[in-house]
Amino acid sequence: MSHLVIGPNWPARIALAGLSLVALAFAIALAVTVGEMPIPLNVAFRALGNGLFDLGYPVSAIQQGVIFEYRLSRALMAALCGGALALSGAILQALLRNPLAEPYILGVSAGASTGAVCVMILGFGGATLGLSGGAFLGSVAALVMVGLLAAGAGGGSDRVILAGVAGSQLFNAATATIVTTMASAEQARGVMFWLLGNFGGVRWSDLWVAAPVALLGFLVCMVHAKALDAFAFGADAAASLGIHVTRVRLVLLATTALLTATMVAIVGTVGFVGLVIPHAARFLVGPSHARLLPACLIVGAVFMILADVLSRILVPQQILPIGIVTALVGAPAFAFILYRARRPA
Amino acid sequence: MTLATHDVRWGAGGRLIVDGVSLAVEPGRVLGLIGPNGSGKSSLLRLLCRLRRVASGVVTLDGQDIAGVGRRDLARRLAFVEQQASTDIQLTVCDVVRLGRTPHRAAFASWTAEDEKAVDAALQRVGLMGRHDQHWHTLSGGERQRVHIARALAQEPRELILDEPTNHLDIQHQLSILGLVRRLGVTCIVALHDLNLASLFCDRIGVLSAGRLLAAGLPEEVLTPALIREVFGVDVTIRVGANGHRHIDYLVDHEPGPRP
Repeated sequence: MSHLVIGPNWPARIALAGLSLVALAFAIALAVTVGEMPIPLNVAFRALGNGLFDLGYPVSAIQQGVIFEYRLSRALMAALCGGALALSGAILQALLRNPLAEPYILGVSAGASTGAVCVMILGFGGATLGLSGGAFLGSVAALVMVGLLAAGAGGGSDRVILAGVAGSQLFNAATATIVTTMASAEQARGVMFWLLGNFGGVRWSDLWVAAPVALLGFLVCMVHAKALDAFAFGADAAASLGIHVTRVRLVLLATTALLTATMVAIVGTVGFVGLVIPHAARFLVGPSHARLLPACLIVGAVFMILADVLSRILVPQQILPIGIVTALVGAPAFAFILYRARRPA
Repeated sequence: MTLATHDVRWGAGGRLIVDGVSLAVEPGRVLGLIGPNGSGKSSLLRLLCRLRRVASGVVTLDGQDIAGVGRRDLARRLAFVEQQASTDIQLTVCDVVRLGRTPHRAAFASWTAEDEKAVDAALQRVGLMGRHDQHWHTLSGGERQRVHIARALAQEPRELILDEPTNHLDIQHQLSILGLVRRLGVTCIVALHDLNLASLFCDRIGVLSAGRLLAAGLPEEVLTPALIREVFGVDVTIRVGANGHRHIDYLVDHEPGPRP
C-alpha cells in the first residue's frame, strides 16, 4: 500500500531510520575491512577510535593509514556521492515528469565536467573559482541549454531526454577537445581517469566540502517534498494546488546542479545512480517525496559504498573506475525502466 | 457574483486568444462555456484560475482582483480540473485525492483528522468510497475524471473550474460526470463541447468564438439556430421534448459540395 502522505506514524519512522543506519553502518564496515589488505573488523574499530578520538590503541601504522586515511574517507565520500546523485535524480524525475531523468542522462554531469576541466586545464577563474565552482557553472550552463533546447523542440517530458542526450554529447565533446588539445599527456591521463569516476584521490578535506553541500541540498529538497508530490499531474496541476511553480523549479534545479557539480568536481562523472536508485527507493517506500527523498539518500549511499567495494575487488590488483561499475548495474536497469515506461501501441 | 472577468485579454505567440471577455457566474450556479476548437475556452479557464496572467483586464473573486491573492489562498478557494491529466507515477486513488489538501498544509505539517475527513467526504461525493487503494492506472477514463473532481473537492473550494471534463468519455459517463457536477452545489464554470449536454446541465451558457464572448445567458436564450449557425457553421433545428428538455437536431447535408 502506498500512500502519498503519511500520518504521524512515529514508531514506524524511528524503526525505518534505525534500519537505515544499520544498513549504512554495515556497508561502511564492509568498505573498511574488504580490499587488497583484509583487515579484521575489531582492528578497524580501533583504528577508527584512534583516528577520531586519539584513543591510542595498538594498531600498525599501515593498517591505521589504510583504514582512516584511505578506506574510511573513501567510503564516506561514496556515501555522500551516492546519496546526492540519487536525490538529484528523484528531483529531476519529479520536476520533469520523466522516469528517465537524472543528472548524467540530462547532461548535467557532462556540463559539470566541462566546467571543471576549464578550470583545471585552461585555468579559468583560477583559485577563486575552484574546481567545484567551475563544475557548478558548467552544470548550470548544461541545465539551461537542455531546458532551452527542450522548450524549443516543443516542450513535453520526452523532449527533455532528447535534449539531454544532445547536451551531454556537446559537453563531452567540449571536454574531450579541451583535454586533447590543451592538456599535457600527464594531465590528459589524470583527467580521463577522473572523468570515469573514481574515489581514489578522496581526502578528508573533500568530505568537509561534500558533506555540508549534501546536507544542505537534502534539507532544501525536504522543504519542497509536498510541492514535488503536487507535480504528479504536471505544472498546471501543481500551480492550481497553490504551488509557486517557477520558484520551486528554480530552487530545486539549482540545488540539483549544486549537488551534481560538487560530486563531479570531487569524484568525476558517475552515471545511472541518479536513475536507478530513485526507482528502487520508490519501490521500497512509495511515491511520497517526504519518504522517497530520505530513502534515496540512504539507498544511494549504501549502493555507492557497495559499488566502490566491488570496484576494488572485481579485478585483482586493479581498481575499476566507479562509473564502470555503476554502468554495469545501471544500463540494464535503464533498459528495464524504458521497457516499463513504453506506451501501449 | 463570485468569479468574474472584466474585459480580459490574453495572447500567446503574438496572437490574441482571449479578446476582451467579460462574464460572471452567480454563486452555486453552473456556467457552461461553449465554442469551437481554438475559440479560447481553455485559455479563458486558465486565466480564471490564474494559471496564466491576463495581458489586460481583471479577473475578480468576490470583487477582489485575483492577481493580488496568494497562490495558496487562491487554491483553497478555487479548484481546477484539467482535461485528462494523467501521470506515470504509481499513485492510488487516495494519493491523488490527498493532493487536494496541499494548499491547506504547511511544509512539514503532518496529516490531520481534518485532512482525512475532507478526503473521505470528497470520495463519498464522487461515489468512489471504498476505492482508496485502487491504482490510478487501473481506472477507466470516467473514474479518473471522478478522482480529479474528488481531488478538487478535497481543496474545499467554493468555485470549481472544469475544462471539458467529459472529453473522450462514453455517453453514460458524460451524463454521470455532468450530473455529479450539477449536484455538487459549488459554483462551477465548465467548458463543454456537446451543445445538448450544455443546455441540459448548465444554468447559464457563454458562447466563445475567436476569443470573444458572443452571447451569454440562459440556455434557451443563447442556443438559437441563428447563433449556432454563426459560431459553429452548422444548421440546426430545436425542438422541445415531452419532458420539457430542448433538443438540438443537427441538419446533416448528405449531398457532396456546398449547399445551394
